[in-house]
Amino acid sequence: MTLERFFRRRPPQQKEGTSDDLPDLWGKCPKCNAQVYNKELEQNLRVCPTCGYHHRMPVKKRLEGLVDAGTFEQTSGKIRATDPLEFVDTEPYTARLERSRKKTGREGAVVAGRATMGGLKVMLCVMDFEFNGGSMGSVEGEEITRSMELAASEHRALILVAASGGARMQEGALSLMQMAKTTFALEELASLRLPYITVLTDPTTGGVAASFAAIGDVVIAEPDALIGFAGQRVIQQTVRQNLPEGFQRSEFYEKKGFIDAVIDRREHREHLTQLIAMLTNQPRPEVTALVIQADPPKPPRGGLFGRRG
Amino acid sequence: MALEFEKPITDLETRIAELKTYGVTSAVDMTEEIALLEKRLERLRLETFSTLTRWQRVQLARAAGRPTALDYIANIFTDYQELHGDRAYGEDAAIVGGLARLEGRAVIVIGQQKGRDTKENIARNFGMAHPEGFRKAMRLMDMADKFGLPLITLVDTPGAYPGIAAEERGQAWLIAQSIQKMTRLRVPVICTVIGEGGSGGALAVAVGNRVLILENAVYSTISPESCAAIIWRDAKEAEKAAEAMKLTARDLEKFNIVDQVITEPKGGAHNDPEAAMQNLKTALLEHLAQLEGLDESALIRDRAARFRKLGVFEEISA
Repeated sequence: MTLERFFRRRPPQQKEGTSDDLPDLWGKCPKCNAQVYNKELEQNLRVCPTCGYHHRMPVKKRLEGLVDAGTFEQTSGKIRATDPLEFVDTEPYTARLERSRKKTGREGAVVAGRATMGGLKVMLCVMDFEFNGGSMGSVEGEEITRSMELAASEHRALILVAASGGARMQEGALSLMQMAKTTFALEELASLRLPYITVLTDPTTGGVAASFAAIGDVVIAEPDALIGFAGQRVIQQTVRQNLPEGFQRSEFYEKKGFIDAVIDRREHREHLTQLIAMLTNQPRPEVTALVIQADPPKPPRGGLFGRRG
Repeated sequence: MALEFEKPITDLETRIAELKTYGVTSAVDMTEEIALLEKRLERLRLETFSTLTRWQRVQLARAAGRPTALDYIANIFTDYQELHGDRAYGEDAAIVGGLARLEGRAVIVIGQQKGRDTKENIARNFGMAHPEGFRKAMRLMDMADKFGLPLITLVDTPGAYPGIAAEERGQAWLIAQSIQKMTRLRVPVICTVIGEGGSGGALAVAVGNRVLILENAVYSTISPESCAAIIWRDAKEAEKAAEAMKLTARDLEKFNIVDQVITEPKGGAHNDPEAAMQNLKTALLEHLAQLEGLDESALIRDRAARFRKLGVFEEISA
């Protein structure tokens, strides 16, 4: 029996709130198993310093990482979901919504607002996977549509960061209609030659992938994000064969010709800013680098398994 | 083949037919019995079809023998010339389309085509398109736009095909592009859900100035089976899911997702295809007449305004 397995079998000994604050300080990368100092992970925009694995990104952190410091001004959050279908499955839709609201402190899965990037005026829409899996219902479709309209009227480029399982089942065909509604709103941006850039993150699937996320002037994706129309379980049940390695990942779609570039999250700030500047034919902006503090404390001696209260 | 809930009706029909033959071949007068049974049959039909559950509608929408896109095309239009291929990858038989005349007026028609028997169903992949099918549809949309011909689409698909090759060839992108193309068409666009309106695969050809639906057709984000599989981890709960999803023509009308529900003959379109087709033709002509008064930009604005209103939410008062 290896030492590691021996310790794994022990019942958990640490409780929250004890003086041993190790669990909060250190985490483990699910991809490479390396110990990661959480603070360093945050400063690294939640990209594993060892293997480059992109952890999911909370909306607030995402925005901080993208825009000029202190310039984000939220415009979303003035509407809230109702329950038009009176949808009840294992629990009422209203209960699901309430839980998502409590969890995220938001009214929907889209956070939108104005900001500048390298001094350029932009509008941003960021989807929050924590709110009901980022699913798109009436509120989300309306927030995105309004953002597109606002971007057009204020002459701003629009960046949309997608993270969604797709259309929201609990709002039935109303969710589906958001795919068309948002697409219509893109026309005004296009006629004003305002760039619309989409950033696909893990996961971007279903009705979101099959509408506004797919049709950016430029479509970039984070490494290894799950992207696609149908879910993998559905595909597997349909074709009854194993899915190929790396199927429906960013790199897969880049190779197939559907994504312009797979870009490390730490480069988004610079990359997106320069894209917008060039698409709008403006001089090259200076992008202030994010301050990433170094020197995290050394891992405890013997690693996580070596220390026991 | 009769659906489960239609069985009492078909049983009665069989009995009446038997009695009729018996009446002819024997000397016994059966007129009275037959009249009685026919009255009962009428009542039974009325009862069954005035109290259809949502799940029963789903079954009707998928019923074998229900008219398919090509049946409507053959009956409603003349001079149909089918055009094949997407000019990029291949031909997808799950989507058909081409030029045709509607009461003399040249139009482009696009239909999602299910098979009418097993063999055809396999050839047409049960009406589930691959990316090349949507690309073909887009090519036909371009043609409508270029030549100023109204676009008529007939929606009938369980959904876009969820396969490995379909994903590889960018299913999500093609659906998105098709939706976008429809937002830009400078011609009248009338879309009708004739059977199953399955999710993004349906919407890809259903962004019209008018969206119509047949009385027993359904339109939803996800199939009841898949919905049930996700929520209850059991596809057999589809009946429950269908109720929750509010996917029937009348449900959709309430949310303005469809503009008109087209009446089907009693017993559903598969019981009297001719009548169903006639009803759709009348509706198409009516809506086309209304739209033909609008110029190019007005048509686009009209379509955008139609979809802009869709969604249910409330404003939070400050």
